[in-house]
Amino acid sequence: MRIAAKIAAFQLLDVLRSRWLFGYAIFFLVTTELLLRFGGDATRALVSLTSIVLFTVPLAAIVFATIYVHRAREFIELLLAQPVGRGAMFAGTYGAMAVSLSAGVVLGIGMPFVVRGGAGAGGAAAVLVAAGAALTLVFAGAGVAIALRTDDRLRAFGIALGGWACAAMAYDAVLLVVATALAGAPLERPLLAATLANPIDLARVVMLMHLDISALMGYTGASFTRVFTASTGTALAAASLAAWAAGPALLGARLFRRKDF
Amino acid sequence: MIEFRSLTKSFGAREVLRGVDLCVRPGRVTAVVGSNGAGKTTLIKCLLGLVRPDGGEIRVNGARIGGDPAYRATIGYASQMSRFPEHLTAREVTKILLGLRGGSAVIDWELFERLALAPHLDTRVRALSGGTRQKLAVALAFLFAPRVLVLDEPSAGLDPVANAVLKDKILSERSDGKTVLVTSHVMSELDELADDIVFLRAGRVGYAGSVQKLRVFTGQPHLERAIASMMKKEVVCA
Repeated sequence: MRIAAKIAAFQLLDVLRSRWLFGYAIFFLVTTELLLRFGGDATRALVSLTSIVLFTVPLAAIVFATIYVHRAREFIELLLAQPVGRGAMFAGTYGAMAVSLSAGVVLGIGMPFVVRGGAGAGGAAAVLVAAGAALTLVFAGAGVAIALRTDDRLRAFGIALGGWACAAMAYDAVLLVVATALAGAPLERPLLAATLANPIDLARVVMLMHLDISALMGYTGASFTRVFTASTGTALAAASLAAWAAGPALLGARLFRRKDF
Repeated sequence: MIEFRSLTKSFGAREVLRGVDLCVRPGRVTAVVGSNGAGKTTLIKCLLGLVRPDGGEIRVNGARIGGDPAYRATIGYASQMSRFPEHLTAREVTKILLGLRGGSAVIDWELFERLALAPHLDTRVRALSGGTRQKLAVALAFLFAPRVLVLDEPSAGLDPVANAVLKDKILSERSDGKTVLVTSHVMSELDELADDIVFLRAGRVGYAGSVQKLRVFTGQPHLERAIASMMKKEVVCA
C-alpha cells in the first residue's frame, strides 16, 4: 500500500502540473456558476447541469485515461523493472488518475454550491457531485482497460470515443427504437435491466429521482420509476452505479497483471 | 549468473522466442545482437518480468524468477525509449525510484556527476533534450549499484562524450564482477565492450560464446563483419 501511495503521489503531481485538470475544474466551476446565476432556481440549474455532467464527465474520463496510460507506458515499464508488484503499480496509477479527475468534478461543481451555503435543492447538488465522481471512476477504469487491451494508440482512442458515444448517445436511441418496434409487449423488466446495464442511465435516474422529475429521465429511466418507488429505485440505482464504478477498475487491474509490456 | 532455459514466447501466432537456452556469465559484458524482430527486446523484457514467457524458466543467481518482484532489486535497467512524466523534474523522477527501492539500497551517484546531470535536476522532463533524458535513463540504471545491468540500446541519443563516459562505466562495473547484458545495433561499440556475444536469429540462439571465438569461427577480424557473416550464412554454431 505504501508503494502504491508513493507512485500515486508522483503521478498526481504530474497530472496537477499539466494544468489540464485546472481547465477541467474551471469548466465545471464556470458552467455551474453561470447556471446558478442565470438558469432560474437551483432545481432548474441542477437539471441543466445534470445533462452537462452526463455528457462531458464520461467523455473526459475515458479519453484522458486512455491517453494517459499510453503516454505513460515507457515509464510504467521502468517502474515495473524495479522491485514493485503489478498490483501496487496499477493501484498507484489508476488511483492518481481517478482522484485527480474526480477532484475536478467535485471542486468545479461543488464550490459554487458551498459558497452559496447549501447543498442545493434538498441535497441534489451533493448527489450530482457523487454521481459525477462515480461516472469518473467507471469511465476512467474503462479507458485504462481499453489502453491496456489495445497497443495501437489511435485505435485505442477510437474505441474509447466509440464506447462513450454508445453509452452516452446511441444506447437510449436504440432502446427507444426497439421498444417502439415491440409496442404492446411487456417490456418493463427488460428495460429495467437495460437501465442497470448503462452507468450513464443509472446516474441520470439517481439524479432525477432525487429531483422527482420523471419527464426528463429518458426512455429507460422512465420505466425504472414505473417499477420502483423513489427510495427503492434510488437505492438500487446507486448500488448498481457503485458496482459499475468497481467493475472497470477490477477489469483494468486484471489486464494490467497479465499485460506483456 | 543469468540462465535462460527453453524460453518460449509467442505474441498471437508470431513465435518470438523459440526455446532460448543461454547462460550469461558474471563479470562479463554480454551483447545480445540480431536483426530486427529477432527477439532481443522480448528476451530482455522476460528477464525484467515485463513480458510473461509461455514456457521455460529464467534463473538469476540460481533463483528461479516468478511472481515475487524482489529479485529485481539486483537489476538496473535502461530502455531504448526513455520517456518520463513530462511535468516532473529529473530530481522527482529520481526520487520516485529511490522511494521504490527503499532506504537500504546502496546509491551510486557517479554517473549523475560524470554525465553532468546536476544542472538539469530541477528542470521538468519536457524541457530536457532527448540526449539529456537518455543520460538520465542511463544514470538511473546504475543508481542502485545493481549486480546485474540490463541496457537496451543505452547509447541511442547520447553525445560522444556521454557515450565514452557510459562505456567507461560499463567496463568499470565489469571489473567489479557485475553482469552486464547489453543490446546495440552499433557493432563498433560492442567491439569495444563485449566479452561474449549472443546472436539471436528468429527467436533462437544462433551463436553464444566469446567474441574471440566468433571471430575465429567466421574468419572475420571485426565484430560487425563477423555478425554480418553470421546473418548471411544462417549457420547455427551455439
